[in-house]
Amino acid sequence: MSDDTLTLPPREDASTAAAAGAAGRLSGYNFAYLDEQTKRMIRRALLKAIAIPGYQVPFGSREMPLPYGWGTGGIQVTASVIGPDDVLKVIDQGADDTTNAVSIRKFFARTAGVATTERTTEATLIQTRHRIPETPLKEGQILVYQVPIPEPLRWLEPRETETRRMHALAEYGVMQVKLYEDIARYGRIATAYNYPVRVNGRYIMAPSPIPKFDNPKMHRNPAIQLFGAGRERRIYAVPPYTAVESLDFEDHPFAVERWDQACALCGATDSFLDEIVTDDAGGRMFLCSDTDHCAERRRSRGADAQEGTT
Amino acid sequence: MRETTDVPKPDAAAPLIEVRGLSKTFCLHVQGGTRIPVFDGIDLAVHPGECLALVGESGTGKSTLMRSIYANYRPGGGRILVRHRGRIVDMASAEPREILEVRRHSMGYVSQFLRVVPRVAAEHIVAEPLRMTGVGETEALERARAMLARLRIPERLWRLAPATFSGGEQQRVNIARGFVVGFPILLLDEPTAALDAANRRVVIELIAEAKARGSAIVGIFHDREVRDAVADRLFELNPGKEAAAA
Amino acid sequence: MSDTPLLRVRGLTHLYGRAVACRDVGFDLWPGEVLGIVGESGAGKTTLLKCLSAQLVPTHGTVEYDTRDRGLVDIFAALSEPERRMLLRTDWGIVHQNPRDGLRMAVSAGGNVGERLMAVGARHYGNIRREVLDWFDRVELNRDRIDDRPDGFSGGMQQRVQIARNLISRPRLLFLDEPTGGLDVSVQARLLDLLRRLVAETGVAAVVVTHDLGVVRLLAHRLMVMRGGEVVEHGLTDQVLDDPQHPYSQLLVSSILQV
Repeated sequence: MSDDTLTLPPREDASTAAAAGAAGRLSGYNFAYLDEQTKRMIRRALLKAIAIPGYQVPFGSREMPLPYGWGTGGIQVTASVIGPDDVLKVIDQGADDTTNAVSIRKFFARTAGVATTERTTEATLIQTRHRIPETPLKEGQILVYQVPIPEPLRWLEPRETETRRMHALAEYGVMQVKLYEDIARYGRIATAYNYPVRVNGRYIMAPSPIPKFDNPKMHRNPAIQLFGAGRERRIYAVPPYTAVESLDFEDHPFAVERWDQACALCGATDSFLDEIVTDDAGGRMFLCSDTDHCAERRRSRGADAQEGTT
Repeated sequence: MRETTDVPKPDAAAPLIEVRGLSKTFCLHVQGGTRIPVFDGIDLAVHPGECLALVGESGTGKSTLMRSIYANYRPGGGRILVRHRGRIVDMASAEPREILEVRRHSMGYVSQFLRVVPRVAAEHIVAEPLRMTGVGETEALERARAMLARLRIPERLWRLAPATFSGGEQQRVNIARGFVVGFPILLLDEPTAALDAANRRVVIELIAEAKARGSAIVGIFHDREVRDAVADRLFELNPGKEAAAA
Repeated sequence: MSDTPLLRVRGLTHLYGRAVACRDVGFDLWPGEVLGIVGESGAGKTTLLKCLSAQLVPTHGTVEYDTRDRGLVDIFAALSEPERRMLLRTDWGIVHQNPRDGLRMAVSAGGNVGERLMAVGARHYGNIRREVLDWFDRVELNRDRIDDRPDGFSGGMQQRVQIARNLISRPRLLFLDEPTGGLDVSVQARLLDLLRRLVAETGVAAVVVTHDLGVVRLLAHRLMVMRGGEVVEHGLTDQVLDDPQHPYSQLLVSSILQV
């Protein structure tokens, strides 16, 4: 289960199941940092969230060893569902090697002693900030989203009492008004991320600041999707194979982003691309935001290339 | 809400207006409770095609009687039976919505003063009563304009609001409004007060046409010439005493 | 004439603690009728309006509304809160005295006017916009302002947006609380004229609360005079204003300056 490194430099924090056993865990802390009572409380919230897809369940968010706004909600959800046999992947904007992803992965390696990976296909539990992996997920996998503002109606209605009532009574006209405003101002729906969706035909949900490109991936996904907002103290969920529809107008249907360039590294034309500025002269290149997906493609292309030449 | 009292069934030759035992006293609470009796025990009837002129000195209650028939004033006692769409309505005790129905379809009132509705063009003011009976906008405007033309209001004034019109012009807008629908019952309070001879003649014609149509008219005519031309009967109100029909 | 009133009110009483805001108010309102409620400040008019429009649950009494599908129902006893809120968004309209209470200032005028359509499922942007523009014409708002926010509008224009926002869902009953309060006299006149025309065109019934007798003279078919929480007189508007019976009504009418 070692990762290949054909053309890429080796990753610093790659670890295997054998290396990270109980011996690697920090002493003095409960498994995965949170005490069992807290996990129990969060699991109850998660069960409720799964039972009511898209509904925001309040929970007693705990102080975590990183500030609000850095993924405390996601970490608490992960900590509540992770088990010793899980394989954890953590990404931030699609990349496994950013500071946040590295820190959080290390956190669980040290407090839970679980195996970690960068490969989507090998992970059982994926915590993500602002992207859904390109590789399609399978039954049995869990995706945990980090959510800054869980309330999709907050832009218009600052009162929590009122937004709760609006959700309870399914008074969602204002969400449509938001899209109307976009079209009136920009000629098209300009919302590019955190694009509101309707879950299971009932609740309107903020999918977290994933690009709208990723919205279709949520629809009838075989994996369990959990959402944690630590600062706002809300948990919500989308069970497997649930309908998730992006809001739109009949004459302005929902559409995802498209690029006229391919990934400079792997040549993908169907993944979400980041724009990288390469010099002062306006040079730039487009790369897959999902680093694992990109690496995987390069691996298989490399393998194809090798096979092809023989 | 007042109960509608038992009213008789109508028949063809019956009067369109029948007043029975009508009395009116003003009680001015703001002025220490002063009571001003106006009339008592008034009986009168007006038949289709007939014009009844109310006569009497000023202060005897002619206008008050007319306003009571229109339900603009509330009488102290008695009944005001009017024929409305094949049934009889007592204006003294009917519900507001019934009274509004009667005013919309069966009874028109030309008063001395045009209560100025801000900004509305004369032709629309005149068209409004037609619109309220269900006539479409285009036809209502056409008929309104025809009536304004008949009353010799210059076309350039039709699209203006009457606030700046002369007294006589405002009066003629009032008249146009009252006659454009062809009400079965018409109440005319000094319709020719501010008009010159030519316009008085037009009003006399309009009244004659209404009578020929079978309308019943009650009028107060300060002008003897007009009264003699249109009135079939006179009803005299005397101060403080029971009034007698002439 | 229909036999069922649009709104039937019986024994409506509201108390704030032991203070009586309004006592034993009862009336029937018929389709297309405009009822004016006048009285001085503190007479209980606004409380009454809030009870009638389901914004406040009265202490005693009933308010029944002739719903499209179930006939006359008690809006507090027979309707759930979601049903009441739905009623307020579709069949009813409320024009607040302060436009800020009735508009979303963070949303464009067009968004404000179109919201009710979107709230009941309209999903075609082009159609929504077309209908909004149509209503802009009807309330005499400049079409160019459709994408501007109402906080940049004058008071009179804000009221027009409020009116359009309510009427676009073709309500059968409109509640207006001092619709011309705080506006310049010339602006008031134009707004009243607009309301008068729209009421006649749409056949909507309305309850108008105001302290301004000029407003009721122009708009209302019937009038209720309130004092100290009680209805002291009610009847045809022109009758109550031209031949007031109750001492307080006479006082009210005689207090207006004839200009």
